[in-house]
Amino acid sequence: MPYLFLAPFLLLFVAFVVAPLVYAFYTSVFRDTLVGGRHFVAFANYLRVASDANFWAGISNLLFFGVTQVPIMLGLALALGIVLDRGDVYARGLFRLGFFIPYAVPSVVAALIWGYIYGPAFGPFTQLAKGLGLPPPDFLSDRTMLFSLANIVTWEFTGYNMVIYYAALKAIPSDLREAASVDGAGSWQYALLIQLPLLWPAILLTIIFSINGTLQLFNEPYQMRSIAPAVIGTHYTPNIYAYFLSAANQQYNYAAAVSFVLGFVIAAIAGAFTLATNRRGGTSG
Amino acid sequence: MTDAAVSPGIGRSRSLRRSKRLTTALLCLFLVYTFFPLFYLVVASTKSNSDLFSTFGLWFGHDFNLMANLRDLFVYSDGIFARWLLNTFLYSFSAGLGAALSATAAGYAFAKFSFWGREVLFGAILVAVMIPQTALVVPTFLLLAREGLTDSPLGVILPSMISPIGVYLMRVYIEEGVDNALLDAARIDGAGEWRIFRSIVFPLIMPGFVTVLLLAFVATWNNYFLPLIVLSTPAYFPLTVGLASWYRLASMGNGGGQVMFSVVLVGALVSIVPVIILFLILQRFWQGGLALGSVK
Repeated sequence: MPYLFLAPFLLLFVAFVVAPLVYAFYTSVFRDTLVGGRHFVAFANYLRVASDANFWAGISNLLFFGVTQVPIMLGLALALGIVLDRGDVYARGLFRLGFFIPYAVPSVVAALIWGYIYGPAFGPFTQLAKGLGLPPPDFLSDRTMLFSLANIVTWEFTGYNMVIYYAALKAIPSDLREAASVDGAGSWQYALLIQLPLLWPAILLTIIFSINGTLQLFNEPYQMRSIAPAVIGTHYTPNIYAYFLSAANQQYNYAAAVSFVLGFVIAAIAGAFTLATNRRGGTSG
Repeated sequence: MTDAAVSPGIGRSRSLRRSKRLTTALLCLFLVYTFFPLFYLVVASTKSNSDLFSTFGLWFGHDFNLMANLRDLFVYSDGIFARWLLNTFLYSFSAGLGAALSATAAGYAFAKFSFWGREVLFGAILVAVMIPQTALVVPTFLLLAREGLTDSPLGVILPSMISPIGVYLMRVYIEEGVDNALLDAARIDGAGEWRIFRSIVFPLIMPGFVTVLLLAFVATWNNYFLPLIVLSTPAYFPLTVGLASWYRLASMGNGGGQVMFSVVLVGALVSIVPVIILFLILQRFWQGGLALGSVK
């Protein structure tokens, strides 16, 4: 009987999670040629990815993006969550709801709006600079693009992460705060010594999700390509690269290998991060 | 003596009030950042194309052109925007319903039955929670291409019906919210398993069901990568893919040149309003869902 209840989900799961992964892996160990057809090449495609400068350029873009944007976004989310949880603010519900609104906006539309705001055609910053007789800022140049993208992602996901922290903070028993204040701990000490260690599982979760999201980045940079094609090429991020390889160039075998190597890189970074911090989290919590 | 006892108390409450005002002001600052692009979008949507270029972006222009822009939006390119809106509703609702139904049934099996391989299977689903949808897009496309299923709405809807996090949420929800004694009593009364699920379990876990439906609905509404790579016929596009294609046309100066900009902007506004309304109406559901997912 339980299998009947499980069947619809399992069917979908096998068809659209397991099968694509298995088939993509199978594809990745072959090579299709116009003359001669399909050959088994074992891990040759993987070796090619390992020495593909295009792939690693995308990874290094996103690693830089990740070490700057993720700490800022999660730090902001944590600060907002702690302040809202402490409750000595006016209109708490309004803030909690307001901060979350960007999560309801599709990332493509978020990039579209920010793209116009950044842009030289009718962006308010360009207008302001021109009005003041200053050179207009260029948010879409080679040097500034990563920061402009980081701002879009921060705008989209700070509120989402805040809601996760807020929920975890609400689960901390309130008598802990009273006990801490009886012992003479101020709000800062309470936040650092009591709340942070108890929040660690939630923080680790958001870090892993953020590493994942960062290295998979596609929608925002792909959308910005429309207004800055010279800056965002066909391999600005690994997923953009995989997209062009598969959908535009029909290099299915190689695209599959690129997707898998990206998965390995993400798993390796997330795994290393969990291992490195587990010891610290284990002793303090 | 009385002075000494009272005045520190007053001073303290005054400083507390000051700190409360300061924190609120800081939060307002972040709220301004949050609403800045949305405000810009609303203002820009009310402008004619000439006002867009000739008036300041953060305030309204000479004419209030929202209605005219909306009319342009729904007639541009033979009114294909209405089609995209309809597609998006259709894809999101079927994906949401499918996700909620399959996750509820599976969550029920995990919560209330013991069977061979239960924990291994559940572990596999938890691993799948960590695989983001984006990671599966290229492999899914490769498989669909092999089966000749690209450029079909089902290629977007079916993969969006999978919600491993939904199975997890529903398992927790049913374990806590449905009493075993109730199920046993119904079995003794001779009710079949399907009947028990439909008329006893289901009403009890409606809020969880709505949460999973909402999360999958919004994820599908906002999805871009999967429909972009799977679909090629414009009549099948959801809003995200359609708008992005117009955005590119407008940026290249094609498709009627400047007229495009106000159409793209008002289209962006129309595409985010339904989801924002949904979030506001169904607040307690998504907050409950995210909370459950993070605390456990």
